Order: sequence, then C-alpha cells, then structure tokens
Amino acid sequence: MIELRGVSKRYGAAAALVPTDLALAEGRTTVLIGPSGCGKSTLLRIMIGLIPSDGGSVLFDGIPLARDNVLALRRRMGYVIQEGGLFPHLDARGNVTLMARYLHWEPARIEARVRELGELTRFPVDGLARYPVELSGGQRQRVGLMRALMLDPDVLLLDEPLGAIDPLVRAELQDDLRRIFRALGKTVVMVTHDLGEAGFFGDQIVLLREGCIVQRGTLSEMLEKPADPFVTRFVHAQRGPLAS
Amino acid sequence: MTARALCALVLFACAPAREVRVGSKKFTESVLLGEMLTQSVRAAGLPALHRKELGGTRVLWNALVRGDIDLYPEYTGTIADEIVGRKKGDLGALVAASGVRMSRSLGFANTYAIGMRPQVARRLGAATISDLRTHPELRFGFSDEFMNRGDGWPGLRARYGLRQTDVRGLDHDLAYRGLAAGALDAIDLYSTDAEIRHYGLQVLADDQHFFPDYQAVVLYRADLETRAPAAVRALTALEGRLDEVTMRSLNARVKLDRVPESRVAAEFLGLSATTDEERASARLLRHGRDHLALVAVSLLAAILLAIPLGILAARRPRAGQVILALVGVVQTIPSLALLVFMIPLLGIGAPPAILALFLYSLLPIVRNTHAGLTEIPGPILESADALGLPRGARLRLVELPMASRTILAGIKTSAVINVGTATLGALVGAGGYGQPILTGIRLADVGLILEGAVPAALLALAVQWLFELAERALVPRGLRLPPAEAQGSNR
Repeated sequence: MIELRGVSKRYGAAAALVPTDLALAEGRTTVLIGPSGCGKSTLLRIMIGLIPSDGGSVLFDGIPLARDNVLALRRRMGYVIQEGGLFPHLDARGNVTLMARYLHWEPARIEARVRELGELTRFPVDGLARYPVELSGGQRQRVGLMRALMLDPDVLLLDEPLGAIDPLVRAELQDDLRRIFRALGKTVVMVTHDLGEAGFFGDQIVLLREGCIVQRGTLSEMLEKPADPFVTRFVHAQRGPLAS
Repeated sequence: MTARALCALVLFACAPAREVRVGSKKFTESVLLGEMLTQSVRAAGLPALHRKELGGTRVLWNALVRGDIDLYPEYTGTIADEIVGRKKGDLGALVAASGVRMSRSLGFANTYAIGMRPQVARRLGAATISDLRTHPELRFGFSDEFMNRGDGWPGLRARYGLRQTDVRGLDHDLAYRGLAAGALDAIDLYSTDAEIRHYGLQVLADDQHFFPDYQAVVLYRADLETRAPAAVRALTALEGRLDEVTMRSLNARVKLDRVPESRVAAEFLGLSATTDEERASARLLRHGRDHLALVAVSLLAAILLAIPLGILAARRPRAGQVILALVGVVQTIPSLALLVFMIPLLGIGAPPAILALFLYSLLPIVRNTHAGLTEIPGPILESADALGLPRGARLRLVELPMASRTILAGIKTSAVINVGTATLGALVGAGGYGQPILTGIRLADVGLILEGAVPAALLALAVQWLFELAERALVPRGLRLPPAEAQGSNR
C-alpha cells in the first residue's frame, strides 16, 4: 500500500534517516519502534508528506507522492498524534467533520458517518458537543481517531497515540484500537516506544536506531534471532524488571 | 484628480460664490482676529466660514497655500522666521512667490517677552533679560513653539548667554497657571496677552533687542482679489485700526470676562452680534458625531489592512520583521508632526486626521495578528495539514479562529487608543471632542475641557465594552473555556 524507496532525511549535518526501503502490506499493521531520536516519527511524517524527504520516493498505492497530489493523497490517509491534536476552537463534532464539511458532503451523509464512527470508537453521542478542554485524554484520543477515519481512508498512521494516557485507560484503549484495526482491515502504521504495545498491535515490527532499520519481523523473531546485540539490549531493557 | 477637478468645476458653476474661509490659530487673539475678519467679510455681503483653533503656523500656512482657507491673521516676525525662513528681502514679495498677499499692519505688534511674578523679580532684582544671567537655577517654562523656534529660546539663550537648565516646554495657557502657582519662575509671553494684567506680571525688558517685530497682519490668497474683491476690501479696512492697548483689552474681554469671541468682535466692529452660539446639547452631539466618524473610518481601514499584514508577517518571517519595524516606526512619529506632513497632501479637516489615526492604529493589530498566528502549537498545524486542508483553508478554518482572541485584543487596544488620539484631530480642524478641550484650555474653562474630556473617556469605555461583547460573539467558545484538568477520570 505504501512503499518507501531509498528515502533519506538530514537535519544539517545529522542524518535523521539513512536511505531506507520499506514496504507496507495492505491490511496489515506495522509498528515502528526504537529509542527516542531513532527516526521513527520522521519516517511516519515522510509517508504523509508533512516532511519532504531529501532523497528517494514515497509511493502510495503505486503513485509517487508529489507536491501536486499530496493534498489528495493525504485525504486517503488518516493521521493521529499524541493527545489527538484536536483543534481547541471546535467541539468534538466540529473536529471530526471539519474535512467532510470542507469537501461539501451532504449533512445527512456526515451525520450517518459520525454515528457510525461513534459506535466504532465507543464515543458517547452527548460528548460530541463538548470542546477538547472538556474531554478526558482518552476521549480526546477517540475523537482524534474518529477525525482520522472520517473520510474512510485506506491507511491509518498513528504517532504514539497512547503516549500521554494513564495506564488503566490505556489498556482499555489498546483493546479498542486493536478491535477497530481488525474490524476495518486497513493498512495501519503505528509509532511507539513501548515494546509490549508493539507486540500487541504489530503484524510486523520495524526496529530503528539512529536513522537506520536494524531489524524487521515479529517480536518472537527479535527475541529468538536478534540481528545484532542492540536488538537484544533493546528487547531486554523494555521487558523490564518484572518480566525477567 | 480629474474627478476632483470636475467636481470643483461643477461646484463652481452652481455656486460661483464659494464662501470665504478664514483660519485662525489656537490662541485667543488669533481666534478673535479670525472672528473679526469673518464678520467683516460677512458684513460686506459675502458668505464666510471661520475654521478656528488650528494647530500652528505650518498647519495654517499649508492650508492657505493649498486653498483650504483663504486668509488668516499672522505676525510679521513669524512670517520672517517660520514661513520664508530668514530669506532676505521684502516679506510681501517673499510670500507673493507662494501666491499669497500680505496686508499692512492691523495696528499693533504682539512680540515675545519674558515675564515673571513681580515678587520674584523684586527678590532677584531682575528688570531686564540680561539680569537673568546671574540666576542659572531659575525654572523656565516656554510654549512649545517658543522652545523650538530660531527666534525663541535657542536664539535668546545664545544672545544673552543664559545658562538655565531647568527649561521645559508646555502649553502657553498652562504656563500662566504654572507661573501663578510658583511651579515656574519665568515664562514667555505675548505682549498683548490679557493675563499680563490679570496676574500683574513683571515684563522683563529686551535690553539687547533680540525679539523681532511681530506686527499683526492678514495673509490672504492672491486669487481672492479676483474671486472676492469685496472680501479683500473688508480685510484691508481693518488695517491700522487696532492698537496694542485695544487688543489687550479685547483679549481680556474674552479670556477674563468670558465673553464669546463672536460678540467681542461684533462689538468692536460695531455690528450686531451674530447669534451663531450653539446650544450645549447640539454642540455635544456635533462633536460626538465628528469624533465617532474619525474613529470609525480610521479603525475600519486599519483593520482591513493590518490583519492581512499580520498574516503576511507570520507567513514570511523576513518580510514580517520589516513590516513590524515599519508599523513600529510610524508609532514613534509625534502626532502633530504626522498631521502637518499630511496637510500638503490632504488639506485640513477630517482626511489628514483619519490618515494619521489609521497609521497609529496599525501597530497593535498587526502585532497581535502576528503573535496570535505564530503562537499556535506546531502539532495543531500539523494535524490540519495531515487532514489535507490547503493553506488558505487552514488559515480560514483553523488559524484565524484560533488567533481570534489575540487579534480582537489588538483591535480593542487600537480602538481605545484611537478614541483618545482622535482628540488631536481638532488641531487640523477635524472637530471631535478635542475641539472643546482646545477651547477650554485656551480660555482656562474647566467646564469646557470636561465637555470634551468626559465624553471622550465615556466613548473609550463604551468601545472597550463593545469589544468585550464582540469577543463573546466572535471568539469560539472552546477557546474561552478554562482547561478542565479534573475531568481526566471519566475517560
């Protein structure tokens, strides 16, 4: 669905991403993981054209991402960031429907889609009239997800979607998210720094370090056949004192 | 320009006798002379209009040359020093180069002088300006014009070798009160000022003959001789009719006895007093209407330009620095200077005042628009981009609504400052609440000052209140809610 060919990025003298190839299979969930500053968020932003890459190309459904088609292609991708990135001046419904209204959807079609998404994300109908400051972190994240899914995109990109949420709510949201991914069967790319979360969601896990992919595969492959000592160190550090 | 010429032509055809416009400066003697000239012209059977209390020599002269006024009273010393700039030769010939004629003297000279309270002068033994040399600790208060003119304080200091350092510029009418209250030791005077007798002041002799002769004359446009010869005959009839004693007592009638200038002028001319004295309520209404018009037009124009400028400044940081610097520089130009710059372009009346107010209103709006847009968090903008919103739609649907509160605060600041600054419009004949304030200061009439100051203050409050209402209507509710940290528990 998305294919990166030799994509690279530098910030001044520092390489944020060395030339990288990556193919994302349709209908699968890929998790990008690694320590902070490893280039995982950069990679995600390049996929949706928020950051231009220095070299290489991004293909979306076989079409190279370019200046003149990036707006159209972004409407086929949903993007969710920490805390949802909601617009504070719009209520939950306003946030979710902004793009559909911009595209002049029929009100009835918008309403039906909002109801459908509310059920899918288990967001209460009476919460739709609330403003972001009136919502909890978990609710904001559900609204962010509804907004990303509004136009029924082919791909869903999530950048640490659960990063700022307290543990109990987080567990519940994780379950809901995985259920939603499975129900929709969309191509999903998620960035996280939490290995447990990566194993929970990922059909494929991509481990990055200093702008470069160290290993790709499943969690058990990384445990059993680590590509280099860093993988082992990362995996063990992440499993924490309770797991050993 | 062509349209304007056409208009003038049409007006000329319909109303060949355009009224004769008399100007005067914002001190009592000038207003009184202006009133005499106006009534003389009217008595000669011509319609006449008096634009009184304009801001200073430059304002009057520029308006005369430009044709906004046809005549005004002036003093030969001022013409020599301020208008022709010490060019040698006959004054009449020098002003004729600008299409202006000068009458003969009206009969008196109003020269500068230095005055002190008699008890202070006695204590110091000061009878001449030279006697001030030995008292460098004296506090001087001079009118703003006197402070800066070549024939004022700089020249006086050089000629007499005066070393006083506590020298401040202030309004002439306030200087008298400062002197009377003992806050000042010496001030500049006009030799026909009514207050000299009122306060019993000691006038120091100009023993080195520094001050030039200030004969009162009338400056009028040369074309008046063909356009309205009766007006020229009326003003030349005043030549030589006023001596210094008469003028001082007429000034005293206005300033001390509180008789309106129009009546004093009519009495002197032997005419029946014209009853153009407006009722206070009508006057208040007229000033309010003029004031509101100045504020509304200038503010609206400023909003229309400043918001796009602020957006541009936020979009292009380098252009933004230039824009913010420019609108900042405009703010540092003194308002009277800005008004004087405008007169050659726009004449006197509302247009120069509106342009000046417009320029002063830009900074708070540009700055707040720029600040409101640049302080939007990066993730919000990224979310808008990721949705696939084009730049224009992002600006309209996300950025401007989010910055609306800051932008509105900038407009509110501009509006309140504008209401206050608009009082200066009276200096160029734009009317408004500044008019009673100017007259009130001139006549030391607190009631009249309040008649301008109180409504101006109320208007500022009303504007503030109006913008708070507007904030409730225009700023999205989501931005006005307090952040609710405590709601985290219910998912």
